[in-house]
Amino acid sequence: MPTRFETLAKAAELRALFEAHGAVAVEPPILQPADTLLDLYGEDIRARAYVTSDALRGEQMLRPDFTVPVVQMHMAHGAEPARYTYAGEVFRRQEHDPARANEYVQVGFEIFDRADPAAADAEVFATIAAAMQGVPAKPVTGDIGVLMAAVAGLRTTQRRKDALMRHIWRPRRFRTLLDRFAGRSDVPPTRTALLAGEVEMEAPLLGLRTRDEIEARIAALAEDAAAPPLAEGQVDLIETLLDVRETMPNALSRLHDLAVDLPEIAPAVARIGARAEALEAQGIDTAQLPFEASYGRTSMEYYDGFVFGFRAVGRPELPSIASGGRYDALTRRLGSGGEIPAVGGVLRPGLMLELESAP
Amino acid sequence: MTLKLGVPSKGRLMEKTFDWFGARGVTLQRSGSDREYAGAVDGVEGVQLMLLSAGEIPRELAAGRLHLGVTGTDLVQEKLALWGQLVEPLEELGFGHADLILAVPQAWIDVDTLDDLDAAAAMFRAHHGFRMRIATKYHRLVREFLRQAGVADYALVDSQGATEGTVKNETAEAIADITSSGETLRANHLKVLADGLILQSQATLWRSRTAPMEDSERDTLRALMRLIT
Repeated sequence: MPTRFETLAKAAELRALFEAHGAVAVEPPILQPADTLLDLYGEDIRARAYVTSDALRGEQMLRPDFTVPVVQMHMAHGAEPARYTYAGEVFRRQEHDPARANEYVQVGFEIFDRADPAAADAEVFATIAAAMQGVPAKPVTGDIGVLMAAVAGLRTTQRRKDALMRHIWRPRRFRTLLDRFAGRSDVPPTRTALLAGEVEMEAPLLGLRTRDEIEARIAALAEDAAAPPLAEGQVDLIETLLDVRETMPNALSRLHDLAVDLPEIAPAVARIGARAEALEAQGIDTAQLPFEASYGRTSMEYYDGFVFGFRAVGRPELPSIASGGRYDALTRRLGSGGEIPAVGGVLRPGLMLELESAP
Repeated sequence: MTLKLGVPSKGRLMEKTFDWFGARGVTLQRSGSDREYAGAVDGVEGVQLMLLSAGEIPRELAAGRLHLGVTGTDLVQEKLALWGQLVEPLEELGFGHADLILAVPQAWIDVDTLDDLDAAAAMFRAHHGFRMRIATKYHRLVREFLRQAGVADYALVDSQGATEGTVKNETAEAIADITSSGETLRANHLKVLADGLILQSQATLWRSRTAPMEDSERDTLRALMRLIT
C-alpha cells in the first residue's frame, strides 16, 4: 500500500499534468451544504456520504466528489470556456464492504466548453488514458445519451417515456416499468377495482397530498390503462440497445442498424461516431476500445452523454481506478438559468500506485 | 471469568425475557431494588446478568462487551452494518413480534404498492417542490429497502416517537414504523402497502461474534444452551 505522502505526491503530479493541459487548479471546501446534494441525488446520497451538522448552517456533507462544487463554482462566476483541475480527499460512507476506503484522494480534470463537445470528450479521455499509462487497467466506454434518445423515441405515451427516463439510472426499476408498459406483468386486483370506479375514498384525507393530486394520478392511471401496450418490437429495440457490448467500430455499426428502426437515436449515434473520430485524432486506438451501451447506469445520476471508466485488470473487487463522463444537464440543474456543455473525469492516485507496484 | 448476558432493562420485554429463561430453569432477576440495573442468575453457574436499554444491546454485542444479548431483529439490523459478521442469532424467543412496515393514508386510494408510491412521489415532488417525506426512526433499513425497490423522490424525516401522528401533523406524507397489531395505524387512518413489509422482527437471543471467550466461558455457554434449547 502506498503511503499518504506518496499518494499526495502522485496527486500533485497528476494535477500538474492537467494544468499543462490548460486547467486552473481549484480547491472546493470539504464541507458542502447537504441540501444541494440531497436535491440532486435524493435520499440515496445519505448512504454514500457522511452527514454532519451545526446549529448555524444545518446539515452539511463531507464532499463525496468534486464535480458538484466545481460546477457550482463555475456556474456562479466562471468565464467561458474553462478548464479546472483539483486534488484532494473525498469521503464515502461504506455500509457493506469494509475493504472499500471511506476516504481517498481524487484528482480531476473538467472542461466547460461549448465549441466542440466531441473534441472535449476525446481530450478528457485521452489525457486520463495517458495518465493511466503503466497502470494495469482496461478502459470501457459508453453513452447514456443514446439510451435517453431511445426512450424519448419510443412510440408510446409521454407519461410512460417520462417514467422510464426517470429510472434510467435504476436498471431494475426500468426493467419493471418496461415489462408493465409492454403488458407483460399482472395488474393488481386493487388497480382493476380502482379503475372500474369501485373504490371510494372513505377515510379522512390526511397530510399535504391533496384530493386533486390523487384524482390526477387516477386519471393518469386510467389514461395509461387505455393506451395500447408498448409494442414487442419497441421493447426489443431497447433490449438490443442495452445489449450492445462490442469494440467501438462494431458497436457503432450495430447502433447504426438500430437507428434504422429507431431514427430518434440517429443524432446520439452520430455524436458517438464523431467522438470516435476525435478519439482517433487524440491517438486512441478505437478499434480495440470497448463500448458498452449499459455502462454507467448505476453510477450517481448526472452523466447524460459520454461515460468511461478504467477497471483494474485481474482485480474485479476494486472500484474504478479512473472514471468520468459528460454532464451537461447537471450544469443546467445547478446553473440557476445558465447551462454549458461539460465533461470531466477523476483518477485515484492511491489505487494507481498500488497497482503499479504490484508484482 | 463470567459470561455476560444483556437483557432489556424494563417493561414487558424484560418480564417476558425473564419468563422465557425461567421456564427453562434459568432464573433471572434484578438484584437489590427495582432501580438497580444489575441482576442475578440462578440455575447456571458463571453467567452475569446485565440490564440495559434494548437499543444499546446491539452495539454492546458488536463491541464484544456482552457475550449474549436479548433484543429485536429490527434493532440489530438497523444499528449494525454487516450484522451477520458481528452477531449470531441463537434462539428466537417467540415474543416481541413486530413488523417494520411502510404505511400511507387510507385515503390514498391510488396507492397500494411500492410501484404506486414511487409514481405518487414523482407527482408529489413536481406539485409541491420537495420530495415526499417518510417519517421513521429506522433510516438505514428503510433507505435500503426503498433503494432495492427502486423508489425515488422521497426523503426520510426522523421521528423517534408517535410516528403515526406525523401525517396528520403534516410533517410527513407516509411512515415506516414498527407495528404489532395494526390498530394504531387504523386509528390514524393509515394503511400498509401490499408489498410494504420491510422486516419481521421478534425478540431474539444473540451471541456476539467479537466477544473474547476463554474455555470456562465456552463451557458456561454450552451449559446454558443445553438448558434453554
